[in-house]
Amino acid sequence: MKLKSVLLGASFLVPCGTAAQAETLTIATVNNGDMIRMQKLSDHFTEKHPDIDLDWVTLEENVLRQRVTTDIATEGGQYDIMTIGAYETPIWAEQDWLAPLDGLGEDYDVDDLLPAVRDALSVDGTLYAAPFYGESAMIMYRTDLFEEAGLEMPDSPTWSFIADAARQITDKENEVYGICLRGKAGWGENMAFVTALANSMGARWFDMDWQPQFDSEEWKNAVQFYVDLMNDAGPPGASSNGFNENLTLFQSGKCGMWIDATVAASFVTNPDESTVADSVGFAQFPTHQDLDNHGNWLWVWSLAIPASSEKIDAAKQFIAWATSKEYTELVASEEGWANVPPGTRTSLYENEEYLEAAPFADETLEAMNAANTTNSSVQEVPYSGGQFVAIPEFQGIGTAVGQQFSAALAGQVSVDQALQSAQQLTEREMTKSGYID
Amino acid sequence: MARAVSTRRKWITTIVAWTIGLALFFPILWTFLTSFKTEGEAIATPPSLMFFNWTLENYVEVQARSNYLKYFSNSIIIAVGSTIVGLLIAVPAAWAMAFSPTKRTKEILLWMLSTKMLPAVGVLVPIYLLFRDAGLLDSRIGLVGVLTMVNLPIIVWMLYTYFREIPGEILEAARMDGASLAKEIVYVLTPMALPGIASTMLLNIILAWNEAFWTLNLTASSAAPLTAFIAAYSSPEGLFWAKLSAASTLAVAPILIMGWFSQRQLIRGLTFGAVK
Repeated sequence: MKLKSVLLGASFLVPCGTAAQAETLTIATVNNGDMIRMQKLSDHFTEKHPDIDLDWVTLEENVLRQRVTTDIATEGGQYDIMTIGAYETPIWAEQDWLAPLDGLGEDYDVDDLLPAVRDALSVDGTLYAAPFYGESAMIMYRTDLFEEAGLEMPDSPTWSFIADAARQITDKENEVYGICLRGKAGWGENMAFVTALANSMGARWFDMDWQPQFDSEEWKNAVQFYVDLMNDAGPPGASSNGFNENLTLFQSGKCGMWIDATVAASFVTNPDESTVADSVGFAQFPTHQDLDNHGNWLWVWSLAIPASSEKIDAAKQFIAWATSKEYTELVASEEGWANVPPGTRTSLYENEEYLEAAPFADETLEAMNAANTTNSSVQEVPYSGGQFVAIPEFQGIGTAVGQQFSAALAGQVSVDQALQSAQQLTEREMTKSGYID
Repeated sequence: MARAVSTRRKWITTIVAWTIGLALFFPILWTFLTSFKTEGEAIATPPSLMFFNWTLENYVEVQARSNYLKYFSNSIIIAVGSTIVGLLIAVPAAWAMAFSPTKRTKEILLWMLSTKMLPAVGVLVPIYLLFRDAGLLDSRIGLVGVLTMVNLPIIVWMLYTYFREIPGEILEAARMDGASLAKEIVYVLTPMALPGIASTMLLNIILAWNEAFWTLNLTASSAAPLTAFIAAYSSPEGLFWAKLSAASTLAVAPILIMGWFSQRQLIRGLTFGAVK
């Protein structure tokens, strides 16, 4: 009888206690500087919203992708806000896995988002993820080495200029390599760069009937150019180098040029980390001969809400705060304008204080605006995405093709063999997936 | 002359053993040293082994960003919990197979081991759905269950091997004296197999502590153990080696210390019955 009374009492207390508790949002994110800063500054949000608590789950990028994909596909409901990229957003939105981000507040100013970024995160005009920071690709180069060699970098160079300059400034005896490019296999690693390079040289992944195009002349030119250039002017072991490895090489003065994500600009110009911080210049992603097409690289880390979340309203409040102009000003006041998350809002690039603090701002904006994710090649394509193809099968296919190109770079197979294997495996996967017969 | 050869062999053996030992230990030492460097020094080439500006800033940063004690206590609960549950199931199972074998015992043992041959990711979605429906996602009890199952074949196999070394006549004598099955296992078998059980327990704790597939995929924040703590410090864009090394040092330190103090039991257990 006594036990029954206790249990009855407890059953009345539980709902009362729950009602008084704050709503807890579980946020899955990656360990990038901007994300960690958001976590540190999130007290400002919870102070204004005492009814919302935040629980952070920070994971390595690949672990995060596997984790959130499993959860959203099975409606596991573990997360209320997920950090996802420009690749996942359109695919997941079309599956109705994401809640549309309408009603983010009157002062959110959705029209201020950079057009390329907004397009990349929208399906049929509806925004499904709010951009936290965005990046395109550009050239970072050593002004001192260029000066020594009597070279002048154009604002928008061609690949042939880059190749000549890279070979000219290479000094292997002193461990200075003309160019550092990604070589580590992976759809988000070497294939991000190689796809952007191939796009700029007129290649495309698929024709309008979804037939793979690795047997085309454009792909042959692009991959042969990449392998020859890296063999002549790249660092040893380049087939193992990804973003962080090349960042390390550039910061320690071993690369004459590095073509990679615009977000790297803040790292290579940071005197605390980089030995070459005061001699770095920037230029646009190269073009090929008379083709008017840059790499069209566009990546956006953004915040999205799984449709299965039971806390969509609270999650929207947080996303509206974290991707707002107000947040930008908060970061600027707490940590300086140079640390503001870049590449999402037009107004940031009109702000004189930011332009002064970030010498790479103009080039970043120009690169972002040059990105065209709806038609990344000069040829017609049936897919969206710039350095990737926004179909669910691409992660697997892209990594498998990346392994072939990485092997070609390492000299294990010829360029022709790598392209042939890439063609065969892509045809096989596309047939299995029902795109082609 | 014979003595001289023996001494030389001893020296060679010692040098080879130390070389292998140091090679195995070097990654841990390197991680430990890197955890006291700045991010810039951590990537410097050529790297500095000892002569750098030692700093505790990475540990301060890791402490500020993560609640280490929460991850640590989850690791303890999951590793110890799955070991205890595993032993409770495995001791009777190994007893039955060692002392009352049937025609199918060997097939059963092989079948149990074959479950380890399936890549874990192959059953991720079914397990995830089961956990979702049972409300076990991000719960310590769920992880204790899954890690018990994952390590059970190894525990049963190890215990079976140890039990086989114990003469069945001793158990028969206990039975003749009127011992029940439970008493036979608890008072006769267990004390005799204690070194084997202890080493199985220690090995299982180490395996559960280091398990990084299920613990990452089935947790979010409440039940996340130290594997998730480490995973938070790897970055796709930016320098992270020093902070990752600090997090790794904090994560492996407890199990390293436990292994150090229990190495005698571990070796004794692992070589139990090896020399007749």
